[in-house]
Amino acid sequence: MMEALRAELVKAWPDRGTAWLLATGVTLSVAVSAVSVAAARCPAAGCGQDPARISLTGAYPGQVVAALAGVLVIGGEYGTGMIRVSLAAVPRRGRLLAAKAIVVAGLVAAASAVAVGAAMLAGRLILPGHGFTAASGLDLAGAGWWRASLCAVACLALTALLGLGVAAAVRDSAAATGVTLGILYLFPVAAGLVQAPDLRRHLEQISPLSAALDSQSTAGLSSLPLSPWQGLGVVALWAAAALVLGGLVLRLRDA
Amino acid sequence: MTGGAAIRAEWLKFRTVRGWVIAVAAALAAIVGFGLAGGNQGTCNGGCGPLLGPGGEAVSDSFYFVHQPLAGNGTITVRVASLASAVPAPRQGLHRAGVPWAKAGIIVKASLREGSAYAAIMVTGSHGVRMQDDFTGDIPGPALPAGWLRLVRSGPVITGYASATGAAWTKVGTVTLPGLPATVQGGLMVASPQYTQAALGVTQITGELSQSTATFSHLALSWPAAGWSGTYVGAPQGPAPGPATGYRQSGGTFTVTGAGDIAPLTYGPSGAGLMLTQTLGGVFIALIILAVIGAVFVTAEYRRGLIRVTLAACPRRGRVLAAKACVIGLVAFAAGLAGTALAVLFGQRELRSHGVYLPPVTALAQARVIVGTAAVLAACAVLALAIGALLKRGTAAVAAVVTLIAMPYVLTVAIPVAPLGVASWLMRVTPAAAFAVQQTVIQYPQVDEVYSPAYGYFPLAPWAGVAVLCGWAALALALAAIALRRRDA
Repeated sequence: MMEALRAELVKAWPDRGTAWLLATGVTLSVAVSAVSVAAARCPAAGCGQDPARISLTGAYPGQVVAALAGVLVIGGEYGTGMIRVSLAAVPRRGRLLAAKAIVVAGLVAAASAVAVGAAMLAGRLILPGHGFTAASGLDLAGAGWWRASLCAVACLALTALLGLGVAAAVRDSAAATGVTLGILYLFPVAAGLVQAPDLRRHLEQISPLSAALDSQSTAGLSSLPLSPWQGLGVVALWAAAALVLGGLVLRLRDA
Repeated sequence: MTGGAAIRAEWLKFRTVRGWVIAVAAALAAIVGFGLAGGNQGTCNGGCGPLLGPGGEAVSDSFYFVHQPLAGNGTITVRVASLASAVPAPRQGLHRAGVPWAKAGIIVKASLREGSAYAAIMVTGSHGVRMQDDFTGDIPGPALPAGWLRLVRSGPVITGYASATGAAWTKVGTVTLPGLPATVQGGLMVASPQYTQAALGVTQITGELSQSTATFSHLALSWPAAGWSGTYVGAPQGPAPGPATGYRQSGGTFTVTGAGDIAPLTYGPSGAGLMLTQTLGGVFIALIILAVIGAVFVTAEYRRGLIRVTLAACPRRGRVLAAKACVIGLVAFAAGLAGTALAVLFGQRELRSHGVYLPPVTALAQARVIVGTAAVLAACAVLALAIGALLKRGTAAVAAVVTLIAMPYVLTVAIPVAPLGVASWLMRVTPAAAFAVQQTVIQYPQVDEVYSPAYGYFPLAPWAGVAVLCGWAALALALAAIALRRRDA
């Protein structure tokens, strides 16, 4: 297993493409978060906005980049035919997928820790000046703040795993990108179309994008469809289901 | 190779790949499936639509009317001494608040029936003097918070005048109400729409009817005055007590309290029914599928090495790219047109048969939605093709198209997290602006409403939005053509 991990790390990290992708992702997320934080205002009478969510607006482009990283790790191998070499080197297909999962989750988690850290720092420094104070009931630098940061990093890593599982199942990187981003963005659109309130709430509960958002919230928790830890659980379930599906396809079909 | 031959070659390449043809068929099926799914149950079974005004648009006609009959021509002059509004707040009862579109003035109305034609000149809460007629007409007058108003009727032509002192009159406007009967009702009116609050640059509606009280004096009629009657036109039905309305006359001064609004009905948090885009949910899936096909159409050639054969057969590289763009654009347009037409036309019927109320949309607007959505799908496929040819990576092309189009849409419409300023900027600059072509709701400046993309109001005109998307696609194609020409296959 250790050799498989080392092999995957060598394949993923020094590769210019992955490094550039993650660097672009970090830059884009921090930029979007900074813009969002700079534009946020809270009038004295309370604003109903969540400072953690405002600081974490960069998670939206970040999720796209994380999904891309997950897709490319295995989709790129199918595209170049490298998958045959990898499977020759590591015949235990489950082990190969697990090694890829650990490496990509680790790299994405590291990159997103940098991005989330920078974004939350910007939020903590700038938002109190815009009216988001503890006096108006908002939690800055407390347990909720740390939980939101941790869940943001975890959700980004889990999104990468979702992309990995889908790409292992679909075996074509463009189509896998379409499917993964479709899963992320379709549920909110579908929930918007449905009028029955309980069906809409269920759709919002099972949607990975909304669940990730819920896990990053610190205010107004009672009105959200899921509690923060439940949100993280939903995203984890999606990633696990995708990995199981991808693992089955990898095992049952020819490379 | 001539252009026609190049296009034929690309079409052959497209239709022989079974997976791509199946994917396009799946996109078509997605649009039609979501359009016909219906699934919503409504409570409106035939003929429960809102009130329609003289122009056929949905209107709200509710105000307090102190009136008497006017047979033939006449003039009404009055001085509006003050206009004050109050809003019911929880645990506070009524408290004073500014309601920008509270209205107090003179009105000449065809009858007391709701939705009948009218012309009115009024003082508003914070928009000065306005002359409004037939619900959608609105002429601004001098910016006076109170003052003298005069309405002159001669036949179907009604002219409004305003003055600060009662001595020098400025004409505000003249309107013609075709088919106005000889005997109409004329008198004083007070209306007060739902309370709005501007917060963070977004107008919010509380859902409570506000209440306005106006004092009128120096009321002068040009015909022998009969007795005044007070009527709450369009009073809300139902067991809950409505806002207190009425009038008091002491000497020559009238104090009138009214609630409600005489205005077009807008779609929004206080509006009713669903928009036509309810039938177009599947367009989103089709967009992603067609973006994937557009990207793969060009990157598959690179992956399989077919690009060398293609460029040997057709050395004019720009022509190859153009032929590909034509083929994928036409295929996407055809699939989108067929799917959207079926979804819109039959989906509406489906929704209405389930008792859901859909505001009437003109045939021209429906055609615009259908053709426009098909054009958006075609442009997205071409954009994906161009980015795929530019970067030689299908993944990046699909991710770029989805990020540029789906993400702004989701952030402003589906999960409205973006504040209004950011939302309208996103809906102007990104290719997602093309969703403006699906706008079927009309924005009226004289009605306060939450005019945000989340409720279907887009900042750009419909075809301007499509032009933004086409601009992005054209730019990407140009860059791809340059890149294709300069580098090796």
